[in-house]
Amino acid sequence: MASTAEEEPNRRDFLVIAGGAFAAVGGAITMWPFIAQMNPDSSAQALASVELDLAPVKEGQAITAMWRGKPIFIRNRTKEEIEAAKAVDLAALPDGSARNMALPEADPATDENRTKAGHENFLIMIGICTHLGCIPKGQAIGDSKGEFGGWFCPCHGSHYDTAGRIRKGPAPRNLEVPPYAFVGDSKIKIG
Amino acid sequence: MSAHESNYTPTSRLGKWFDERLPVARLMHGQFVDFPTPRNLNYAWTFGGILTFCLVAQIVTGIVLAMHYQPSAEGAFASVDHIRRDVNFGWLIQPMHAVGASMFFIAVYIHIFRGLYYGSYKAPREVLWILGVFILLAMMATAFMGYALPWGQMSFWGVTVITNLFSALDSVWAGLGTGITEWLWGGYAVTGVTLNRFFSLHYLLPFVIFGLVVLHIWALHVAGQNNPTGLDIKSKSDSVPMYPYAVAKDAVGLFAFLIVFAWFVLIMPDYLGHADNFTPANPLVTPPHIVPEWYFLPFYAILRAVPSKLGGVIAMFAAVLVLVFVPWLDTSRVRSAKYRPYYKIAFWFFVFTCIALGWLGSKPAEQPYVFWSQFFTVAYFAFFLVALPVLGLIETPRQLPRSITESVLGRSGGGGSPLPAGAAAAPEKR
Repeated sequence: MASTAEEEPNRRDFLVIAGGAFAAVGGAITMWPFIAQMNPDSSAQALASVELDLAPVKEGQAITAMWRGKPIFIRNRTKEEIEAAKAVDLAALPDGSARNMALPEADPATDENRTKAGHENFLIMIGICTHLGCIPKGQAIGDSKGEFGGWFCPCHGSHYDTAGRIRKGPAPRNLEVPPYAFVGDSKIKIG
Repeated sequence: MSAHESNYTPTSRLGKWFDERLPVARLMHGQFVDFPTPRNLNYAWTFGGILTFCLVAQIVTGIVLAMHYQPSAEGAFASVDHIRRDVNFGWLIQPMHAVGASMFFIAVYIHIFRGLYYGSYKAPREVLWILGVFILLAMMATAFMGYALPWGQMSFWGVTVITNLFSALDSVWAGLGTGITEWLWGGYAVTGVTLNRFFSLHYLLPFVIFGLVVLHIWALHVAGQNNPTGLDIKSKSDSVPMYPYAVAKDAVGLFAFLIVFAWFVLIMPDYLGHADNFTPANPLVTPPHIVPEWYFLPFYAILRAVPSKLGGVIAMFAAVLVLVFVPWLDTSRVRSAKYRPYYKIAFWFFVFTCIALGWLGSKPAEQPYVFWSQFFTVAYFAFFLVALPVLGLIETPRQLPRSITESVLGRSGGGGSPLPAGAAAAPEKR
């Protein structure tokens, strides 16, 4: 048997390798459904869009809606809040990206890129802290709005400004702006 | 199973008949009756038995609770209430399971510190130690998912925060972290779908732990038990049979432990939990101050000490995984801290570090707590990465006894003659 080790690979060696390869591919294909079953299912994906009427939201008022199980912060900002958001030096922001799902990632975090033209007073964002997912305070009257007059996350102390941009604390990104469009003067469709 | 041969001799006819067909009695007798245990074991060695009890108790109470619990966002909170109010003895069994988790972690932390103090991770026990680290990781995952099940505020937001840890991977590869978290959630947020799968995995993992424990005991019985001197068993007088000696001592330790256990279950069943978890989960309101269960607090403090999202996550996982490398980080050839004067100081400072981190983890993320969290996070890693490798090189160990028997009975004990000075200085051979 000592001589077999020196022999050229023969048909039988090929069959062993081919058989092993087929078993490996088959195993991987069989595993995939068992992993993929945990991904969001059809019913979760069906919650793709919601429509909202913003007419009752007065200046300075904030409401919270649900979209895909996530809270959506909608604030009708005051003039001072919009001015404060526009006056910010973009170079000083920890996260320079607009984080607007409707815009390319490279777009800068200007106040214009965080809202819709003609509706700058409405700031619409996913109300989930980009650190570890808590809901920042600042929606309800009497909530702490943090050092920058926007939102404050109590879990690990992240501060957001009046355009929902991260200014201080461990959160790495600005609050995300979901894809939405005005379908009427005061009606929006999220998603 | 090990180098030790079983002394089992079946006496009954049935015993003989069975032994020739499936020698399971021979196996158990060899491993748990006449197995040689070092005669000098102290009460720190009873925690292995206590942990086995905790695992079995959690499985038994857990199976019972699963008969009355509903893993849905609508039914979960009310069903736990129903268990405590209506189910026969539910008031007893539910706290046994909840307090049992805390007791499990108290025991496992003492067990780990015992191993660190007496060098129980050193050759030839590295595989035994690493299996233990895997058990710890599986315990943490199991306890985390179990805490989600009552679907209170702390459950919901604990799940949100911990699953969001994976989203930190987005900064490594865009979309990877989000993909993993949405896969874990089964949606775009934490919902009843998430709860449902956590229930399934919370049921599964204890049996994985059970399998790991079998391997853990197997590895222990191949290498043999360590003991307070760190010396190997060399002669017959160094050991006693496991039954009745070690078994009886384990029973005394277990009963003392059960008194504490019963105290919590019967007198203050909710003391170790968090009051916010008696509020049903609300996806729109985060409690002002999220804290994990006490047994996760040191790791939570490390997570928050690092001022970057990904960095904090890496530091937290590294804090557990560094344990895997302890057998190779420790350069000393002496096992037990009893004979290592510098290591002993480093060890007790490390114990203090862990307790301090636990306390800091329960405090809000403000100054001065953040500074001290950072200080003790550095101290935590310094113990493993600096103290363990360096002390082994610079430390002069104390004189070791020549044998386990000598450490118990003294130099002239056991009928032996006094030893020449310095004869016992030779450290363990690898």
